[in-house]
Amino acid sequence: MTLLEQAQRILEHAASGEEIEVYLSSGVETEIQAYDGAIESLATASSSGVGIRVLREGVAGAQVGTAWAGSLDPEAVHDALREARDNARFATEDEFLAFARPDGVVPASLELVDRTVLSTPLDEKIAMAIELERLVRDGDDRIRQVDAANYSDYVAEAVIVSTMGIAAAFERSGAYVSVEAIATDGTGDQTGWGLSAGRAPGDLDIGLAASDAVSRATRMLGAVKPASTRCTAVFDPRSTATLLAIIGGALSGEAVNYGRSFFANRMGEDVASPLFTLLDDPTDRRHFSASVFDGEGLSCRRNVLIEGGGLKAFVYDTVSARRAGTVSTGSAVRGGIAGSPSAGCRALQLAPGDVDQAAIFRSVGEGIFVESLTGVHSGVNPISGDFSVGVTGLMIRDGQLAEPVREITVASTLQRMLLDIVFVGNDVEWLPSSAAGQSLAIEGIAVSGS
Amino acid sequence: MSQTLVTKEVLEHALAQAMSRGGEFAEVFVEDRVTSSAVLDQRRIEELSSGRDRGAGIRVVVGDTTGFAHTADLSEPGLLSAARAAAAVAREGGGGVRELALGSMSDHPTHATMMPEHVDKARKIELLRHADDVARSQGSAITQVQVALGDSSRRFVVANSDGVYAADHQIRTRFNISCVATGDTGMQTGYRPIAGTRGFEILSEHAVEEAARGAANQAITKLEARPAPSGDLPVVLAGGSGGILFHEACGHGLEADAILKQASVYAGKVGQQVASPLVTLVDDGTAQGEWGYLAIDDEGRPSARNVLIENGVLTDYMWDYLRSRKERRASSGNGRRQSYQYLPMVRMTNTYLLEGTSDANEIIAQTPRGVYVAQLGGGQVNTATGDFVFGMTSAFMIEDGRITAPLRDCNLIGNGPEILQRVDAVAKDFSMTPGTCGKDGQSVPVGTGQATMRLTGVTIGGTAS
Repeated sequence: MTLLEQAQRILEHAASGEEIEVYLSSGVETEIQAYDGAIESLATASSSGVGIRVLREGVAGAQVGTAWAGSLDPEAVHDALREARDNARFATEDEFLAFARPDGVVPASLELVDRTVLSTPLDEKIAMAIELERLVRDGDDRIRQVDAANYSDYVAEAVIVSTMGIAAAFERSGAYVSVEAIATDGTGDQTGWGLSAGRAPGDLDIGLAASDAVSRATRMLGAVKPASTRCTAVFDPRSTATLLAIIGGALSGEAVNYGRSFFANRMGEDVASPLFTLLDDPTDRRHFSASVFDGEGLSCRRNVLIEGGGLKAFVYDTVSARRAGTVSTGSAVRGGIAGSPSAGCRALQLAPGDVDQAAIFRSVGEGIFVESLTGVHSGVNPISGDFSVGVTGLMIRDGQLAEPVREITVASTLQRMLLDIVFVGNDVEWLPSSAAGQSLAIEGIAVSGS
Repeated sequence: MSQTLVTKEVLEHALAQAMSRGGEFAEVFVEDRVTSSAVLDQRRIEELSSGRDRGAGIRVVVGDTTGFAHTADLSEPGLLSAARAAAAVAREGGGGVRELALGSMSDHPTHATMMPEHVDKARKIELLRHADDVARSQGSAITQVQVALGDSSRRFVVANSDGVYAADHQIRTRFNISCVATGDTGMQTGYRPIAGTRGFEILSEHAVEEAARGAANQAITKLEARPAPSGDLPVVLAGGSGGILFHEACGHGLEADAILKQASVYAGKVGQQVASPLVTLVDDGTAQGEWGYLAIDDEGRPSARNVLIENGVLTDYMWDYLRSRKERRASSGNGRRQSYQYLPMVRMTNTYLLEGTSDANEIIAQTPRGVYVAQLGGGQVNTATGDFVFGMTSAFMIEDGRITAPLRDCNLIGNGPEILQRVDAVAKDFSMTPGTCGKDGQSVPVGTGQATMRLTGVTIGGTAS
């Protein structure tokens, strides 16, 4: 029996006056850590699970209850259905609650699974992790340690079906390597991360991941804490991707409905520099997070959110769209079987500018180049827009990279930062996250140092 | 009760299978976790959710290599198959199936009195509504309230080839309230958690009301907040949530996995003065009822109260099975895992700074200019460099020895070894705060704690001069 058939069989248990949505997932994964030229750990696993939502129509609206189980055995599924049904009774009736209805949008034709993940011998994967560690250790005399050299991959399939007529089945695969290098100059240590991602082991560039980790760690050696200042910050592609993901969170229709976004009530306004055009496009295969279907089983689509600085659209799932008086943008995201759908961005991309990183440095002249952000979860408030994060990076002097700096924060508000963008790079990096990134220069950033 | 997860005989078979290819150590960890949660938002009970996760993780150690596999299939064939997969790292193939006999199980029943499964869903909802009402009654500026309640009942059995055979039943209950206040200057947020390794009994009406009032008033107060300063200033941390500073600034760097890989600034420093003499830091898994409390860790070792830094001198690190084995010493009971799907690693439990002798009000009065941090949010550290950040979610200026204007949210940044030297006063108003600690993709509940204390200088990541 296929996963889709299994899911559809559960729908047959729907009682009158209720709707059922079933999310089944199943997958296999491998994780390898190399250390000191050998395998430190090797984990293999297969897992599966079910998430069930039951909706009851009441007088003043619908109620939804949820339950999940980390297993597909019939007893676990039966228990989950019973619990979800019971949980629904306690929810407040809400006129906007509903499950998604098929909306006729044709699913994108995307091949997101590469079965060579399964056919590649384990020994080859192990060799990649060990080679990655070796390349970092041999990459520079100043590398004194490799904290972790990791290889991981997965193949997963999932289905979402409902009594409303949703029937979505999708598969994906992924392979990643990551490594952290520790460099020393005798007086202090610095670290650097390198990574490479793809849909299968063959897509991975071990050499690039290693050289990235080595150069990020070694060029931070001798980093100083600079004096506090206000200057232009150039964010590297990885840091930019982190910023975009935060901004994407504030473009969620749900956050906007509830006024929990600094974009609330600003539709149509110029919220960013004219250089800034942001789209969420899970149908672009270059995104590692590309997807045919959203978390409610509707087809993913391309949504332009900010165009030339003007706020054009928010992303919605079914419920947030109904609350806002609009329709779903196919943007339900869901944290696996235990999560309920909510509105969110999945594959953010900033329209590339026409300058490369070196040209940005030359134009900026004096400023700071941000290579890593820390404390993003504690230092950014998407409601008030307050932004304060720890960074490491290098100063930009005379249009070129100069001395490394650490133990500083950069601060502003997200509202201000979007308007203060002065350059968008053309150096797009596709990253294993919900956003791609490129170099981005923002002026007037407060740098806190000594 | 725990025995019903998997019988002793099946555990013995699975261990024998795991050792059959020449493994030096094998462990079977069987877990059954039942969770429930309820959320109130915008005055609506948005969702009740129930979850059940059950399965086993099996690991095999050969030399410095660990093999691991997990399965949701707790039948004997399911466990044997996972044991074979975990054993695949033992390439030598020797050994043959060894006989393994476990002794009697050491069981650890929960201390919770009101078990989650015995609390009516209706009663949980009533509590959410009451918290919502109390928060909104604090002022018309409160425009949004979110309240969440979650509980988990986690049973596990762990057996290994060294003869460890132990079970635990952990009941945890958590309540959070978040408020948004709206004013002329925009929106501000307030937050309070209540959490413990206990049952529903921790959610007394009094405790819930106090949390609701605290979260609401925090948000209202911050409407008047001005931008935080930028640069180095003395910082007074209020008792409780300030403990996260020690969790980040040195706790992670004292975990033996980072130490053995020479990936911590504290490696090789046992016996050295690493902090101000006012600092005595303890990791205490035995603090009953606290969020990070454990009877046994996830490797079956009894939890312990471990002194890490005593009067500023580094005394020991935290250890799990694998790292203590390498150093031929005992584990300190710090081997923890998010669930059966993960390998255990060295983790903190309840990490706190022992209280001192100063008076909290006097510490503030003796600070001419600085920042008073009433609540810290999350943080992050790079153990190799010691650099850390953490967020202030409720902070005020100290001017002329008095707490004055509230400050907008921002991060503090510092370096662990440096900040530990800068503790110049510790008061005697100790309290604990619950938190969730993330490391290498695994989250576990931890407690942090300290009394009101002062740091002579920390970099404040604000925008004002």
